[in-house]
Amino acid sequence: MSTDWTRKTAAELADALAAGETSSVELTRAHLDRIAQVDGPVHAFLHVDADGALAQAQASDERRAAGGPASSLDGVPIAVKDVLATKGVPTTCGSRILEGWVPPYDATVVARLREAGLPILGKTNMDEFAMGSSTEHSAYGTTHNPWDLDRIPGGSGGGSAAAVAAFEAPLAVGTDTGGSIRQPGAVTGTVGVKPTYGGVSRYGLVALANSLDQAGPVTRTVLDAALLHEVIGGHDPLDSTSIDQPIGNLVEAVKQGSSGDLSGVRVGVITEMSGEGWQPGVLARFQDSLDLLTKAGAEVVEVSCPTFVHALATYYLILPAEASSNLARFDAMRYGLRVLPEGVADPSAEEVMRATRDAGFGPEVKRRIILGTYALSSGYYDAYYGQAQKVRTLISRDFANAFEQVEVLVSPTAPTTAFPIGEKVDDPLAMYLNDLATIPANLAGVPGISVPNGLADEDELPSGFQVLAPALADDRVYRVGAALEALLAGEWGGPLLDRAPALEGAAR
Amino acid sequence: MTSTSTTGALLAFEEALAKFDPAMGLEVHVELSTASKMFCGCSTEFGHEPNTQVCPTCLGLPGSMPAVNARAVESAVRIGLALNCRIAEWCRFARKNYFYPDMPKNFQTSQYDEPICFDGWTDVEVDAGDGPETFRVEIERAHMEEDTGKSLHVGTSGRIHGADYSLVDYNRAGIPLIEIVTRPITGAREKAPLVARAYVAHLRELILALGVSDARMEQGSMRCDVNLSLAPAGSGGLGTRTETKNVNSLRSVERAARYEISRQAAVLEAGGTVLQETRHWQEDTGATRSGREKSDAEDYRYFPEPDLVPVAPDPAWVEKLRAGLPEPPRERRARLQQEWGFSDLEMRDTVGAGALALVEQTIAAGAAPQAARKWWLSELARRSNEQGIDLTELPITPGHVARIQALVDEGAINDKLARQVFDGVLAGEGDPDAVVAARGLAVVCDEGALSGAVDRAIEANPDVAQKIRDGKVAAAGALIGAVMKEMRGQADAGRVRELILERLS
Repeated sequence: MSTDWTRKTAAELADALAAGETSSVELTRAHLDRIAQVDGPVHAFLHVDADGALAQAQASDERRAAGGPASSLDGVPIAVKDVLATKGVPTTCGSRILEGWVPPYDATVVARLREAGLPILGKTNMDEFAMGSSTEHSAYGTTHNPWDLDRIPGGSGGGSAAAVAAFEAPLAVGTDTGGSIRQPGAVTGTVGVKPTYGGVSRYGLVALANSLDQAGPVTRTVLDAALLHEVIGGHDPLDSTSIDQPIGNLVEAVKQGSSGDLSGVRVGVITEMSGEGWQPGVLARFQDSLDLLTKAGAEVVEVSCPTFVHALATYYLILPAEASSNLARFDAMRYGLRVLPEGVADPSAEEVMRATRDAGFGPEVKRRIILGTYALSSGYYDAYYGQAQKVRTLISRDFANAFEQVEVLVSPTAPTTAFPIGEKVDDPLAMYLNDLATIPANLAGVPGISVPNGLADEDELPSGFQVLAPALADDRVYRVGAALEALLAGEWGGPLLDRAPALEGAAR
Repeated sequence: MTSTSTTGALLAFEEALAKFDPAMGLEVHVELSTASKMFCGCSTEFGHEPNTQVCPTCLGLPGSMPAVNARAVESAVRIGLALNCRIAEWCRFARKNYFYPDMPKNFQTSQYDEPICFDGWTDVEVDAGDGPETFRVEIERAHMEEDTGKSLHVGTSGRIHGADYSLVDYNRAGIPLIEIVTRPITGAREKAPLVARAYVAHLRELILALGVSDARMEQGSMRCDVNLSLAPAGSGGLGTRTETKNVNSLRSVERAARYEISRQAAVLEAGGTVLQETRHWQEDTGATRSGREKSDAEDYRYFPEPDLVPVAPDPAWVEKLRAGLPEPPRERRARLQQEWGFSDLEMRDTVGAGALALVEQTIAAGAAPQAARKWWLSELARRSNEQGIDLTELPITPGHVARIQALVDEGAINDKLARQVFDGVLAGEGDPDAVVAARGLAVVCDEGALSGAVDRAIEANPDVAQKIRDGKVAAAGALIGAVMKEMRGQADAGRVRELILERLS
């Protein structure tokens, strides 16, 4: 009876490799096989790099045989969101406009994965340029939630979350601009961490909104997230906004939290994150989790952050403004799609740019380019972009005040469980509301984690518990996240994902 | 029939000045000579194969990010200090958004409302023949930005319209630029074009003294835009301005200002209005041509660059840079002229030829001031002119020139041989001593050989010899020439003359 390596956590795989019980090639092959079996219906991947992954696995095994694994995760395969540049491997950002682009360089995060010896299985699906909360805005088809294939896997990083939830990869890298790691984590029953802004290099991350974007781990356990975070995090001279300070001992924080003891830890419940629009089953699971934390010794109090109600509006001015400028470079001159205007005999560069951008960008991208261009226009700048920056400062101040009272803030990660595919795709405002609870952390640059905390009673679908901490205190979200995970596992007798339905076509 | 805007009517300059007061604003872009680009590690060296000095960042590839070149910030601060500017304690970069094929990101990373240097001034001297007069030019700001790529429009027109196709070279994209902007210069009246020229010349000298750029206008490492407007004489107002680009020499700065005064005056005199627009200076016709219309409607949607952290120069560091500034050009010139005993004309020629530093270094290497000046301004200036390059680009050092002069002073070679030594050094044959040895150029000091040649010359030219005997010493030149010819130039002409006169006295 052979072991099903795809059911193991990354930490278990690392231990098995260290003990000589398996090889990286075997693990990588097992995950590639799983992808072949289930990714048809799930569609988590846009590109599978089987040859590249196996070659890296081979190199990992040789390295280990020679006595020198490059890191604790050397040989453990991983999936990477298609928004990170991968040398020699196509990178589309879920957009037609980048169809066929093969980057000549690696993002720093990708370079660190390679240095640490993690074979890269492929690139995961996402909403176009990370604009969305469902992956329905991918130009290459929607990813399906492994819990219910008719539902969305969250977004923008639905591909990474679904790949991990469907056991196609033990680890994935996502990016989080307003919740794109945490919200997919919540709706797929996986763990997602948005590190402190500047904690993980953005070099090679195709920018959605530079002042909000942050790459981070997508995993099935809090420990795996910490292990991956320690591999990809830390200062990078190529990213001026990366912080030149140690990221802290995150694995240690997880071990501390796993003991299930939170004596003396002050936990603040954000008052503004409940009420109308919040699914009762999600709120019920949230209350259960709070009770568990209290039992573990934590002191749970309510904390008001009054400006958070303006976070969504603020976000939808700052993000489109930055995005409208970032996306200007896609002009058909140097790379990606080039569309010639119809019926023009001898088109000018400007005409080619216009035709390409018209054909290459999807409706959500166009919507945000228009919004952002407007918000930055002379005469409107002060009223929109300038005002939004002021509110952003107030939101940071609310966080600062709150963290004087408590060590971490908590809320449900997303207001609802996974909704049916197609339900909100034509209603942008309804779609935007999914990120209500996750956006404040991006505006303030603070770290956050989403930990699966059960199934909502109404629909038997996963919900997530969000923990936020002050900038550079990522260890706190790991400690509290790990504690909750351990307490819940004690209640459930096993991981939540064991309750997910088996996928069709999968040999189990 | 089509007409172009370059053939518009002009009002005579004097008449234009009688009716209107010109106001000018000068924007000078200086390409810094840092080893690497503004936001990446690519080399800035000029003249390489297109698109060989590029990376993801300066190509604006998706995902790439900028990182500020600290050396460029230092250069910017030093320029600001030399222009008596205040230095920002905290400033940011901003994105200037507009689409253009040679701009990789379709935005330029520049500075907007937070320039690193602001509120400065500098005094420039003009002399319209009525004695030197000093004008104070106020500096509004000097800020950092990146250069764009370079478009090459291939086809008969040489311009974007009518080109068969266009090529873009991104080697220049991302090279650090400092843009120095003056406040409106008013009150210069008929001297306005001269002030414009003097300001740019002064700025260039200052930049060269700072060593932050090679400031070559013809190569585009220093570029000037001339903004000019007219207001009714005595009104004290400001009219609608035009911005003339592509002004690539000091002479053109003066001419472009003069032309726009005459052109705008003619427009206004005819009851028309001056269009706010970008115009292009055309060296061949000596006129400006209308470019794209630049109205206030052009909206660059500036906002702070979110990929960069603010630049916050440490005040102590700024003071250190201030203390290390070179002597201001005017003071330096006055001091050197005094030390060297040059006449005003000699000094002006030396400065004008861009030879001040070279002469200074040659003197420092041991040459007498007049000898140093002579070689650089005659022999070497001629050669650099022939090749169309700067004196500094000649493959010869001030040390070489000083050594050649020392060889002349020692009598080892004469001036004529010295020119051959210059040939050899410039041809890469080695240092002066090596060239003298390899080419066998040393003056013959063998008195026996020289005496024989003198005797033979006298014998071959009895008529000339007789004239000298009769007291016509000037005729000796013919005999000296004959001796030098026999000696193939390698004799000390003074000694030859002495020998001839000894024998024929």
